[in-house]
Amino acid sequence: MNRIEARLVKRLPAAQDSPAFELNVHLEAQPGITALFGPSGSGKTLTLNCIAGFMRPDKGRILVDDQIYFDAAAGVHVPPQQRRCGYIFQDHALFPHMTVRDNLRFAASVAGSKGRGLNQHRRLNELLETFELSDLAGRKPEQLSGGQKQRAALARILVTEPRILLLDEPTRGLDARLRESFYAVLRKTRDRLQVPILLVTHDLEECFELADSVCVMERGAFLQCGLRDSVFHKPASLEIARWLGIYNVAPAEIEALDPGRNTSRLRMLGYEIDGPYLPGHLLGDRGYFCVRQSEVTVSAPDNGKSHNQLVLNVVDRNPCPRGIHIAFEHDFAAVVSEAEYQPLRGHERLKLHIPARAVYFIAK
Amino acid sequence: MNASSTIDWFPLWLSLRVASLATVFVLTAGTFLAYVLSHKTFRGKNLLDALITLPLVLPPTVLGYYLLVLAGRVSPLGRLYEAVFGQPLVFTWQAAVVAACLHSAPIYIKAARAVLEAVDYRYEWAAHSLGASEWRTFWRVTLPLALRGLSSLATLSFARSLGDFGVTIMVAGNIPGRTQTLSVAIFDAVESGNGRLARVLVLVISAVALALLWSANLVTRAPRGSAA
Repeated sequence: MNRIEARLVKRLPAAQDSPAFELNVHLEAQPGITALFGPSGSGKTLTLNCIAGFMRPDKGRILVDDQIYFDAAAGVHVPPQQRRCGYIFQDHALFPHMTVRDNLRFAASVAGSKGRGLNQHRRLNELLETFELSDLAGRKPEQLSGGQKQRAALARILVTEPRILLLDEPTRGLDARLRESFYAVLRKTRDRLQVPILLVTHDLEECFELADSVCVMERGAFLQCGLRDSVFHKPASLEIARWLGIYNVAPAEIEALDPGRNTSRLRMLGYEIDGPYLPGHLLGDRGYFCVRQSEVTVSAPDNGKSHNQLVLNVVDRNPCPRGIHIAFEHDFAAVVSEAEYQPLRGHERLKLHIPARAVYFIAK
Repeated sequence: MNASSTIDWFPLWLSLRVASLATVFVLTAGTFLAYVLSHKTFRGKNLLDALITLPLVLPPTVLGYYLLVLAGRVSPLGRLYEAVFGQPLVFTWQAAVVAACLHSAPIYIKAARAVLEAVDYRYEWAAHSLGASEWRTFWRVTLPLALRGLSSLATLSFARSLGDFGVTIMVAGNIPGRTQTLSVAIFDAVESGNGRLARVLVLVISAVALALLWSANLVTRAPRGSAA
């Protein structure tokens, strides 16, 4: 089973349009899709380029399986030609002067190993077929749509039977429908290849759709790495929670802890909120209350007052793909469907219900 | 007697032959140097770049003098040439080829470097990550993508090779029927008061140069995808 282990340190001096930058990461990736998730300029693409061998780190070591691709201490730097990294570039980088078939043939003639002539011909046809490119094989890249280019780029790197796949924002500039079909193709590829796939993205939904593991990246470092659900459901810091943009966050203090019943109570914005037991925390600990926007339900305010409900002023409401996005004071937000929204229309204040199981606490 | 019978066309044919050969040399060595300058980092790169540009700014007489010293019959280089080809280099038409190369190479290399640098590095990276060696990447990816730019430069280079005068007269001399190129012949005609010959030759070389520049423009303006 292929796996990647990379420790990378790379300093980029300040340039005219960018300040000095330091990348310092320790990455481990198993077969499956690992998303490098972060804002632009956080060093995601630089990480890929170091692993592919296009850039030489200042310090560190890159291992794929047991093969050393780079070792600063030993002075090893395997050139990109010998690393067998399938790299999908942002704009696909299909050779513009070759047809789709010639692009694949180029890769095949280089890879060479899987026979020539008829054998190779059959294999290319198979790949073209798999990626629904058979009818387009004679076209130049400029005659292809964005989605077709993407499939061609993926088919081209699969010709070489790569040991790892590196994808740099592959769905940039694609509409929602093409994204979905690319996700399907990529999942199929993942299941077929069984190699580590590093996916650079700054798209939260793409992370949810595709990633098995996630590394949240900012300013050249990993803030948190782990299985997707553990990162998204248990952000390690306030910064990550804020940055994921799917959390309602507010300062809170622990008022009660009951390990026997597996409960806790937080005081937050003057409200008392029940949540699950918080192991490793003490009474009186201060920190932040977090709840995912998708867990919050909203209703019109009534006079009753009970646990895990708070009434907040509405700041803004906007349509979004899943319904209506309602923004509240204290930077809280919730998404409701069109149907749920109808009875809420016209209210200046709304009641938010927070399910106890969804409450999450981050210590200061 | 009609006009053509009195005009010796040898200088025109010699010039075309010299320029063709010079262009072949400049394209081969020049493209290589331009690739090195555009794709490699090494110590002394700036010095190499300056050396390549030098012929552009030095007076032709200085260049000619250097060549005479470097490739003259008593110099090691000159003797080596004589040992290999059985005749000295200076004051032969082959020396005019060297002069023409010197005249066109700096501009070709500088412009070709820019053309090669303009090829999107991602295509080269993609080729490398597919396992293609640098050599293969150059022939199959870089060169085809730079081809249109380079071929228009080749035409310019040929046109410029036609026009050298200073270095040619220093190292190849002015031997009618042997080393007298068109530009030298024009000088000779004016010097000896043969106004009609000078006028005809001037018109011919102007027409050839114009045709070349025009065709170079056609190449650069060709619709996308047709040259590559």
